[in-house]
Amino acid sequence: MHNKSITELAKSLRSGEFSSVELTQAFLDRINQHSALNAYITVTEERALEQAQQADVRLAAGDAELLTGIPFAQKDIFCTQNVKTSCGSKMLDNFIAPYNATVVEKFNQAGAVMLGKLNMDEFAMGSSNETSYYGAVRNPWDTNTVPGGSSGGSAAAVAAKLAVCATGTDTGGSIRQPAALCGITGLKPTYGRVSRYGMIAYASSLDQGGPMTRSAEDAAIMLQTMAGFDEKDSTSVDLPVPDYRIGLTNSLEGLKIGLPKEFFGEGLNSDVAATLEAAINEYRKLGATVTEISMPSFKLAIPAYYVIAPAECSANLSRFDGVRFGYRCENPVDLTDLYTRSRGEGFGKEVKRRILMGTYALSTGYYDAYYIKAQKIRRVISEDFKKALSEVDVIMGPVTPSTAFGIGEKIANPVEMYLSDIYTIAINLAGVPAMSIPAGFANNLPVGLQIIGNYFAEAKLLNIAHLYQQVTDWHTQSPKGFE
Amino acid sequence: MNSQWETVIGLEIHAQLATKSKIFSGASTAYGAEPNTQACAVDLGLPGVLPVLNEEAVRMAVIFGMAIEAHIAPYSVFARKNYFYPDLPKGYQISQMELPIVGVGHLDIDVDGVSKRIGITRAHLEEDAGKSLHENFHGLTGIDLNRAGTPLLEIVSEPEMSSAKEAVAYMKKMHELVRYLGICDGNMQEGSFRCDANVSVRPIGQKEFGTRAEIKNINSFKFVEKAINHEVERQIELIENGGKVVQETRLYDSVKDETRSMRSKEEANDYRYFPDPDLLPVLIDEDFKVQIKAELPELPQAKKQRFKEDYGLDDESALQLTSSRALANYFEIVVKESSCTAKICANWVTGDLLAALNKADLEITDSPVSHERLAGLLKRISDDTISGKIAKQVFEELWQGEASADEIIEAKGLKQITDTGAIESIIDKIIADNMDQVEQYRSGKDKVFGFFVGQVMKEMQGKANPGEVNKMLKDKLK
Repeated sequence: MHNKSITELAKSLRSGEFSSVELTQAFLDRINQHSALNAYITVTEERALEQAQQADVRLAAGDAELLTGIPFAQKDIFCTQNVKTSCGSKMLDNFIAPYNATVVEKFNQAGAVMLGKLNMDEFAMGSSNETSYYGAVRNPWDTNTVPGGSSGGSAAAVAAKLAVCATGTDTGGSIRQPAALCGITGLKPTYGRVSRYGMIAYASSLDQGGPMTRSAEDAAIMLQTMAGFDEKDSTSVDLPVPDYRIGLTNSLEGLKIGLPKEFFGEGLNSDVAATLEAAINEYRKLGATVTEISMPSFKLAIPAYYVIAPAECSANLSRFDGVRFGYRCENPVDLTDLYTRSRGEGFGKEVKRRILMGTYALSTGYYDAYYIKAQKIRRVISEDFKKALSEVDVIMGPVTPSTAFGIGEKIANPVEMYLSDIYTIAINLAGVPAMSIPAGFANNLPVGLQIIGNYFAEAKLLNIAHLYQQVTDWHTQSPKGFE
Repeated sequence: MNSQWETVIGLEIHAQLATKSKIFSGASTAYGAEPNTQACAVDLGLPGVLPVLNEEAVRMAVIFGMAIEAHIAPYSVFARKNYFYPDLPKGYQISQMELPIVGVGHLDIDVDGVSKRIGITRAHLEEDAGKSLHENFHGLTGIDLNRAGTPLLEIVSEPEMSSAKEAVAYMKKMHELVRYLGICDGNMQEGSFRCDANVSVRPIGQKEFGTRAEIKNINSFKFVEKAINHEVERQIELIENGGKVVQETRLYDSVKDETRSMRSKEEANDYRYFPDPDLLPVLIDEDFKVQIKAELPELPQAKKQRFKEDYGLDDESALQLTSSRALANYFEIVVKESSCTAKICANWVTGDLLAALNKADLEITDSPVSHERLAGLLKRISDDTISGKIAKQVFEELWQGEASADEIIEAKGLKQITDTGAIESIIDKIIADNMDQVEQYRSGKDKVFGFFVGQVMKEMQGKANPGEVNKMLKDKLK
């Protein structure tokens, strides 16, 4: 039953083939069986079975939604009432959230069953899930490689079928890059489409929650629940949420695909390039036309991102000071000691590095040269996307320069690590939506195809992804040992 | 003070806006609750929470901007001011830096009868921090976050005041204005209205400003005056003894009556302001401004002018009556309902009523004598039911708050006697009993007339109509 899609499961739950409690127990068993992947930080077994029981009542009463009774998991960045919400950090190892994130609230209302909280890079800062206080997550396709990050636990859990689907968050590629490396479907919605309330902030102007699933159809169902205006989040956008499933099978005849020449140049692994070429050929067969376009600002994205995101995070993470919640050092002698040791001991290396970078970039004398400059670049990048997307319907390209790399391979070299997000970061700076879908394999490891659309074109992206998944079976393949 | 030196003062006033809920959360702003009972997840700065701007705070800032004839920014931006302090939950304060909501405006003050216009650089919205409580925690510090997130309007003046007296006049005028506008309760004990003073001195004639010191958190008019005077003396003495003023933040100690250094410029924080990505820019369009303008109350200056013109009041009465909106309203209702002359109404309100209120330490809004009742009393003066003198007696009864003027007059038999027959017989009796004085009067001693009036009134327990008494006495004594 763990291989079924959400619609298939919904059907089975309604037909009485199995109950949500049985389904939930099956997933709990799998989680237990594959704990070596380290995908979960917290498994909320008791709570999950309670929710499943309630879901069965709803199902029996005919009062169920598509997600009612479906076992899924939350990235440990979403505050979940009465459940530890660690954000992958020692700083919040003792933090039991006293309230629900809007996204958590929405899944609760839908009657979905939360299996637990998923591992992630500390405070969502990382591209390999190695910065987690709870240790690295292993990629089910090759347990010596990373699952990507920061939503590494989410990607690994979905790929290994330790949850039907999972939430992720994407600040610079944190949904798409792990989705690509783990061979699953991931969607980063338009900035403002999904509420950020209760989602622990890394870089507020870039963070966006989204679905991580095995198929585009499942992603459409999840996004339907996650999306929408939230009066608690001033940056969420008050636009109606379309029905994401209704247009899934729309024809792609005449679809204009743009391939930025900068995405296929130096730095892209040739096997990955060949795999993507084949995927794009499938789209030609589906009636799409493909043209080369140019995104001249592309190479500026990483430097701009590594000013803006750290600048915002340097302020966002100031609240972790050992005073009100989270980690507090032992026996502080005075206030400065309390601050420096609580933060020094509570944060990991990468988090401290980004706080320092951001603090530096915002300091008197550097603000104009770094922060203001980066904001100007951000506008140029947005303009480039707007221009490109006025000429083509969608942009396609790689998600990552290579397939999953080895655990420990890049962690000592931050710049090399940062470059693994080279194809995803510009999308966050522009705020447009983008997906990663399984497009084949290179060296027996999954390759993701990135599809980038215009603002609020999630339905279009899902349609494009879904039709591809009707003619290919990459997304249904299982890593060995996780069938 | 040394006459070779000139003082330069600029004030930053923090006015707590009288919104019901906080600037970025739904928690109540009411003062005096148990510690940390009015701080929600947003005020506590819990992980994941987000601020949502209270529109009422924006409205109040715009009202203020219009009242000081300032430029209202069509586009203003909230910024994060970063620093660590235990009572600052997020590790940054949401404020406005580069693009404040209210731009350049002005406020006119009067000092010793001379009017002076003080420029206002800007006014911006920000959230207040919580409070650190150092007492009664066995050497530890307690934190109360009830105040965290309370909306403040920080009003920054130009360095255009040249004495403590001017600074006090400016602060008082501002205090009056924000209360007039209904945007701040002005309660200084509770910290709803407080200021920082930037003070420097320079030799008279010098163009450049001297190095300034900032005196933080002064919460009374008296302390502003004292703190500034002290600081000016300190700076002059320092310079004259060959020293140099350093740019620093100082604290006024009202017990010791001195200012002392808090932190120097070198120790000052680099606040690393940047636009808050959690909040959208505040957009204010013309329609909103037109709407606010229509709702804007009459301002003290205009009201005072109108009171002088419409009611024929002198400058002092007009100033006194317009010192608060509530008092001015009270006065206007009394005038309207009593059909007395405005001058009599003004005398009563600024005289007996304010004296009684002051004595009882009450605000006009808590007056035991309502405007209806005072008007009822004055009506009986204007229709000659009672004399002014009896009216004072009735007022004392009114103050007890149990009955209306008519009921008191009735119950106590204070009605003025206008029956000429009754007055005449008394006058005849008085004249007959005091023939000596009659002689004196008839021989030209006009002063004796007062003696007769007094005797008649005494005989009639003050209830005789004085006009009638005068007229008849004059006839009889001819």
